[in-house]
Amino acid sequence: MLLQQLITGISVGGIFALLATGYSLIYSLLDFSNWSHGEFAMVGAYVAIVFSNLLGLPFLVAAAAGVAGGAAISFLCERTTYRRIRSNGAPNMFLMIAAMGLSNVLQQAANLIFSGQYRSYAFRLPVTTIQIGNSYIGVLDIISLCITAVVLVLLIYIINKTKFGLNVRAIASNSYAARVLGVRVDRTIAMVFLLAGSLAGVAGVLYGMKYNVFPTMGNVGLKAFIASVIGGLGSVPGAIVGAVLLGIIETLVSAYISSSLRDFFSFALLIVLLLVKPSGLFGVDVQDKA
Amino acid sequence: MIELFSQINGAVSSFFQINTYLQGVIIMMCINIIAVLGMSVLTGFTRLFSFGNAGFMSIGAYTAAILTVQFKVNFIFAIIAGALFAGFIAYLLGSITLKLKGDYFLITCLGFGECVRVLFNYMKGTTGGSAGYPGIPPYSTMLFCVICTVLAFFIAWRFIHSKYGRNLTSIRENEMAAEAVGINAFRFKRMSFTFSAIYAGWAGALYAGYLMYIVPNSFNLAKSCELITTTVIGGLGSLTGSVFGAIIVTVLPEAFRALANYRMLLYGLAVILIIMFRPSGLYGYKEFSLKRFIKGIINLPQNAKLFWERITGKNKIKANKGDNGND
Repeated sequence: MLLQQLITGISVGGIFALLATGYSLIYSLLDFSNWSHGEFAMVGAYVAIVFSNLLGLPFLVAAAAGVAGGAAISFLCERTTYRRIRSNGAPNMFLMIAAMGLSNVLQQAANLIFSGQYRSYAFRLPVTTIQIGNSYIGVLDIISLCITAVVLVLLIYIINKTKFGLNVRAIASNSYAARVLGVRVDRTIAMVFLLAGSLAGVAGVLYGMKYNVFPTMGNVGLKAFIASVIGGLGSVPGAIVGAVLLGIIETLVSAYISSSLRDFFSFALLIVLLLVKPSGLFGVDVQDKA
Repeated sequence: MIELFSQINGAVSSFFQINTYLQGVIIMMCINIIAVLGMSVLTGFTRLFSFGNAGFMSIGAYTAAILTVQFKVNFIFAIIAGALFAGFIAYLLGSITLKLKGDYFLITCLGFGECVRVLFNYMKGTTGGSAGYPGIPPYSTMLFCVICTVLAFFIAWRFIHSKYGRNLTSIRENEMAAEAVGINAFRFKRMSFTFSAIYAGWAGALYAGYLMYIVPNSFNLAKSCELITTTVIGGLGSLTGSVFGAIIVTVLPEAFRALANYRMLLYGLAVILIIMFRPSGLYGYKEFSLKRFIKGIINLPQNAKLFWERITGKNKIKANKGDNGND
């Protein structure tokens, strides 16, 4: 029973992690929380729905299209909105307000285009379970877990081992100095948005497989944001740890205490953790400079 | 007491020929104005963000509702108690969370708002849970709400233009510099947070009295977002702008019923466009003044010409120089 809950928790946490790393990447570069990130996942899931249910393409093609859709919307938001606000020299708060507006727009647009109904993929998903001891583990959970693990390992490789990753880390540490040393800052930021958007797309498709696709599914982004705050804003490994932790806690609370108190526990955990360790588990405490 | 108010209200509304539907719109407008004024003090003047103000509205609404229904307290005292209780909670919360920086503070507010909602849903014994809390006396008559709004605006105006308000503005502009000249930033941030929560609680209490029935889910994250959106549309740093923002956001959907489905979509677009092209909001840092308004109308043809030139890109320098009214 406990094993079953743990696996479910980790697989839910994996979906959170895909989104939370996106929050962290963008936060580390631009110092703002991209509130519309959950909506990118929603857009990705809907693109996959369009491809698989309306056009009748095979599921793998649809899933790839969903990932591309998430990346595309993320890139589009950066190019049309965030870049312009940045070039105005506005405070970071304005980026966040714009992100909130974007999240509203995307959610409502999905609501108007696809109506509020719950949709599921026409593809027949593996709903069988494997029995280990006396616990039943869903095959879907395991598939989702594997995909998440592969994607996250790939992400960590990109960040730590490639030239692009080096650029990202350089901008995160000091964007002005990076620009002086010849890093193409705007281009790298756009690439990071593409990367974060495609991660969100993966998360959206997986979430849509596990539950359903609906216009407000982007609210899962809120959980992911909490996860990235728990891990420490701007830290990719922290985001992954925080997400898995949050996933496990949520599953255990809804299994053993009460499912209606699940959200209460995650938010209370967040507040308590921030009071004890204000910069999150892996965060760096940055002091204000005059 | 309620009868007396509703009789006076009836007399006033029949004198001005205001029907019940219009009264409802005015009441909602007043409630929004009060909540947005609180938000404006917090976001516009202190540059602190709170996604938890719907939680404070919820606390105010439930406190007032429980006091009037179960303890048969006079509604004026119930509203005061609701507002003050929300403020008290904000004081406690602010004491522990305002030391956190930027986004971390914001996320605790968000967490708090959601915690309140989940808890009120869970505590079926006191709040009725998700089934709602019925039977609240209809104390929010139009006249009473208008009086409340005028009072709220007056207090906020005095507060912002007092020594405390100027301290808040200095924290908004540069917290370190403010601390350097001896302003206790933490204390004033907490004051601003409490102030905004009191206003949210006040608005919530009025909301309870208007609908006579409240559910925890009407005070969700979307409500907090709507408050912030309205504040941004009105202008970060302008009380009159916030009032106009709240009026626009309440009246427009009523005026264009056909667009009701597109309401939140249009708000979102409005917020993005405002942040991109006019980050200070409709009113910016200026307050509404009759003198400037009249001057603007007199100079309207000239300003329109300048504005057109600015849009089409001709005469850029001259346009910026000459544009001093109608802003």
